[in-house]
Amino acid sequence: MSTTGTLHSPKQVADRRARAPHTSMFARMLLRAAVLRRRRAAAALLAMIVAAAVATAMMNLYVDVQAKLRTEFRNYGANVVIVGKYGQSLAADALTKVDSASGPGGKALAVPFSYAVARTKDGQSVVVVGTDFTRARQLNHWWKVSHWPDEPNQALIGMRAATLVSPNRQPFELTFQGKAIELAPAGMLQTGAGEDSRVYLDQSEFQKWTGVSPSTIEVAVSGTTAEVETSIRQLAQLLPPADVRPVRQIMEAEANVLNKTRATLYASATLVVLTSALCVLATLMGWVFDRRRDFAIMKALGASERLVNGFFAAEAAAMGAVGAILGFFIGIGVAVWIGRANFHAPVVPRFGVFPYVLAGSVAVALISAILPITMLRRVQPAIILRGE
Amino acid sequence: MFPRIVYESFRHQARRKLLAGVAITLGVAVATAMIAVATDIGDKINRELRSYGANLIVTPQEDTLDVEVGGVNLKPPSDGAFLNEADLPKIRGTFWHNNIVGFSPMLQVTAKLGSGPDAKDVTLVGTYFNKPLHFGKQDFATGVRITHPWWKVTCGDGRLARSGRVEDSPAACGWPNDDSQDILVGERLAAKLVKKPGDTLDVANRQLTISGILSTGAAEDEDIVAPLAVAQQILGKPGAVRRVYVSALTKPQDAFATQDPNTMTPEVRDRWYCSPYVQSIAFQLQEVIPYSHAEQIRQVAQNEGTVLSRINGLMLLVTLAALLASALAVSAAMATAIFERRVEVGLMKALGAGNLTVSAIFFAEALLLALVGGVAGFSAGALLARQIGRSIFNSQISIEPVLFPVVLAIAVFVTFAGSAAAIRRAVKFDPVFALRGEG
Repeated sequence: MSTTGTLHSPKQVADRRARAPHTSMFARMLLRAAVLRRRRAAAALLAMIVAAAVATAMMNLYVDVQAKLRTEFRNYGANVVIVGKYGQSLAADALTKVDSASGPGGKALAVPFSYAVARTKDGQSVVVVGTDFTRARQLNHWWKVSHWPDEPNQALIGMRAATLVSPNRQPFELTFQGKAIELAPAGMLQTGAGEDSRVYLDQSEFQKWTGVSPSTIEVAVSGTTAEVETSIRQLAQLLPPADVRPVRQIMEAEANVLNKTRATLYASATLVVLTSALCVLATLMGWVFDRRRDFAIMKALGASERLVNGFFAAEAAAMGAVGAILGFFIGIGVAVWIGRANFHAPVVPRFGVFPYVLAGSVAVALISAILPITMLRRVQPAIILRGE
Repeated sequence: MFPRIVYESFRHQARRKLLAGVAITLGVAVATAMIAVATDIGDKINRELRSYGANLIVTPQEDTLDVEVGGVNLKPPSDGAFLNEADLPKIRGTFWHNNIVGFSPMLQVTAKLGSGPDAKDVTLVGTYFNKPLHFGKQDFATGVRITHPWWKVTCGDGRLARSGRVEDSPAACGWPNDDSQDILVGERLAAKLVKKPGDTLDVANRQLTISGILSTGAAEDEDIVAPLAVAQQILGKPGAVRRVYVSALTKPQDAFATQDPNTMTPEVRDRWYCSPYVQSIAFQLQEVIPYSHAEQIRQVAQNEGTVLSRINGLMLLVTLAALLASALAVSAAMATAIFERRVEVGLMKALGAGNLTVSAIFFAEALLLALVGGVAGFSAGALLARQIGRSIFNSQISIEPVLFPVVLAIAVFVTFAGSAAAIRRAVKFDPVFALRGEG
């Protein structure tokens, strides 16, 4: 438009106008309407953006939160346990196989355990367990350990076992099938369960002493129920002489809590998205209704019903699309922030949500434009122009 | 005159007022429902987390060490100390008895299966299934069906047991009665023995009827689970209990929870005692059960707090989003409603009304709308919250009465805030332009 103003010769102006695309009047009307009433337009656009942002954030969270919560649930420990059939030890390469199945740095964490009943100096029985301390520490976050063993011949002693084998935290001796071993207590272990009555040793030292290899591997597999079941089938194929069982206590409780949370989140997200749509509806309807004089003038100047409807529809669609794009990015930002603030882990932006947000925004915008137009259509332009 | 203007405005512009009122009602309804759900979600999820099973264990104080590998007890069964079954109902007498969802005693005995030379050892666990008990005037039932929700009883052919009791229809399988001689057989043991419900098993020279096949995914799959009294008879120690699993609703622990109650001043100690921390509940259990030691099962108890706070935090943020969205919806509706009435404002001002009077009329209308919409929205929101609670958690979401004035105040505030800018613009607008129909 500024270019038309700078041209001097009428001929040039006429040329320029003749060469201009046919739709330019339509586009210009759209543009002028937004520029002239920028405050109202900005308010409507703002409502659009906020609604799209809230909807995007909610959809993103709904998809992502389940994965986030699943990671939290892995703090409950192993959900799959592999044991030798009929109480036998597992094959020597079982752990390597489990590790390879889950891939390097993969989704599963496997911890081996081997058990033996040893005797103290005064003839009392105590269960001694060989394990990999680094892995056990990662798997069992709830173990309360005063100090993890870091030197050879150090043992982790359960709270209740300690009163028996080493009441004053002095070094002690254990015998297994006539073979004695001298151990120093590194720290105390407290769990409130069976572990409290046991003595934990490093797997290699344990095997050197007793010759017993791991009989149990506890595995924490992350993922959905279906993914965990696939892993169980894979592991069972890989280790035919072993029993691979899901830990029902952990799996069922997790599914239960997760389902309830998801359902609540779904209900809340629906409410929030509906409310945002309502907000857009109210604002946009006001914005269109407010311009009934434009509508009346267009009709009075001879614009066809189709052109007028098209004009308002195009305006609404443009506003919906712009709002959706801006709102989408703001919404992604909000979702990422919530993920950081609540779960201390970033939420992965789901760009797959975008088409839904875009379609929803444009649809709501069109509805809010068409409703007032159909109401106005019944009114004579003259009455509107008279200000009644 | 003032009330009449307001009244006439509502009478003549019923449709517009209705639109604004509907927006306020919907906004308030969503806000109420979300606040109610968010404040109650902690309690609801806490209850759901109980499906992880007991978070406290009570053992005899002078107990000997457990010698247990892979669920097989290697300790002589009569060895060590026992708790007294008669003390158990006292658990309902602790300060936080309403927080105790259930408890189940356990008594493991090793019994001979079959007779003669081919008899083999099997672990028999005595427990409560759903035992009716009473403490003082309260009657209640408790047992593994509450504390171990992942235990499933099947008929051995994949069919799930009926939820009713066995005696209702003797042919069906199901949970045994607590005063019967019926037992459950772990699914692995049942597969080994080739037994099905209705068969009898010779356990320690007693003929016990199998009422169902038990599947737990843990060590009990290899065991026999029987009513507590049966295990006590086999052991020859009536009233003996080895350990008690207690499932309690607790508050996520903080630094205060882990302090030692013996070093506290009396007031601090009272506060600690009266908070439902897992530590203070353990302390109270020890008080009511003589010669006992109660401890948290850290795997269950420690993780509860994290999961709970994550879900709580999430719902709080979602509620904030909902409040923001409904506030915007209400303001948008109000702003639109007022902007349409510039001509009216122009007329009022032309007739000599001051800015203050005009604003007062609009604010009075907004107040009326907010109050009516707020009350309607609160009721609708309460219904919505109830529906959410019933369909998702199968339980009521309680609405605190204190929420009502709060929600009403928020509704009025948001309506005012939404109207303020529009009213200011309407009042500032030159009456001449307004009356000429421009702008």
